[in-house]
Amino acid sequence: MECLIGIRGKDFVLLASDSVAGRSVVAMKKDHDKMFQLSSKLLMAVTGEGGDTVQFAEYIAKNIQLYRMRNGYDLSTKAAASFTRRNLADYLRSSTPYMVNLLIGGHDDNDGADLYYMDYLGSMVNLPFAVHGYGSFFTLSIMDRYYKEDMTKEQTLALLQRCIDEIHERFIVNLNSFKVKIIDKDGIHVLKDIRPTTKPPVEAEGTQQQQQLMDTA
Amino acid sequence: MSIMAYNGAAIMAMKGKNCVAIAADTRFGIQAQTVSTKFQKIFELGPRLYIGLAGLATDVQTVSERLKFRVNLYELRENRRVKPKTLLSVVSNLLYERRFGPYFVEPVIAGLDDVTSEPFVASLDLIGCPMVTEDFVVSGTCSEQMYGMCESVWSPDLDPDQLFEAISQALLNAADRDAVSGWGAVVHIIEKDKVTTRTLKARMD
Repeated sequence: MECLIGIRGKDFVLLASDSVAGRSVVAMKKDHDKMFQLSSKLLMAVTGEGGDTVQFAEYIAKNIQLYRMRNGYDLSTKAAASFTRRNLADYLRSSTPYMVNLLIGGHDDNDGADLYYMDYLGSMVNLPFAVHGYGSFFTLSIMDRYYKEDMTKEQTLALLQRCIDEIHERFIVNLNSFKVKIIDKDGIHVLKDIRPTTKPPVEAEGTQQQQQLMDTA
Repeated sequence: MSIMAYNGAAIMAMKGKNCVAIAADTRFGIQAQTVSTKFQKIFELGPRLYIGLAGLATDVQTVSERLKFRVNLYELRENRRVKPKTLLSVVSNLLYERRFGPYFVEPVIAGLDDVTSEPFVASLDLIGCPMVTEDFVVSGTCSEQMYGMCESVWSPDLDPDQLFEAISQALLNAADRDAVSGWGAVVHIIEKDKVTTRTLKARMD
């Protein structure tokens, strides 16, 4: 029931994740952050099996840091994503596979901003925009329609707002708050949480008439 | 829900006169949902040797990575490029090693022999059974459709341009009759002195 959204803009990547931490039918926490910092300009958003998410994300993050310590420079986004994919694919056929779906967003000086989508089986693809979860069924078409290459931050946030509004409108599970982060050449920036646009309550036809009848009765 | 139909694919290779062609769709989908329209399913293992992989997307990527590793080591040891026929045996070995827990891929090989420039096409099943043919090979979720199209459009000794037309029409029309294949296509025409890669304008549905 979780949703991850990633959008690539002009020299930056925007990652958004819903902030509900749930178990079965209970929402245990409403301000949960599902994104993990892998390095100064690499961010990974994870959903999936409880426990696996954090364990796998921390394992990858620590290994990325180890590379940095050993070699003195950060892995590129593509290399970090490939490393992550290799781990997921290797564990897939072990007795302890990780059931996690990921979005990896990063920026480096050679390739600019990159967004990678990875499913729990370990298939990886570089995309301009990507969504995990049931939310994808509501939002991918909106992004097909309104996404353009090299959008500014404001345009990307507007597109994200459209997506979140649609999820709020039509998805049966209430995801009313999304954590948003941007990765660009200056690093990772945390933005304000985004909520669906509140619309004024719509009065159904005839309710005024009914109210008058009730009052006179 | 079949594992081989989870992601969907359409791949084929054809022989021509002193040339071969290999073509694939470029859809990456998860059951009914299309995630990407630019997914690579054909990989270069030599200047005139290509392999196409149909099946589960994660295994397509894993097998292509592991195979590249084996081919690199082969070329370092032997100090020469691998021959298409030998690559067939390398792939067969790689897949049969996992006989009782296989990679869910069905590869297709197309290339020209490094020394004689003789055209070569072959395919394998997911446990590595090799099959060499004199005309064409197909692999993927719409293999029946592809067999029908190939049988109709192929004839022996087509030149590179005729071969390109034939393989393109065969792939496009077969994939259009399959829900999980299509969404873009790429064709490589391999000749003695050059390889031409073209993306086809396909129905995006």
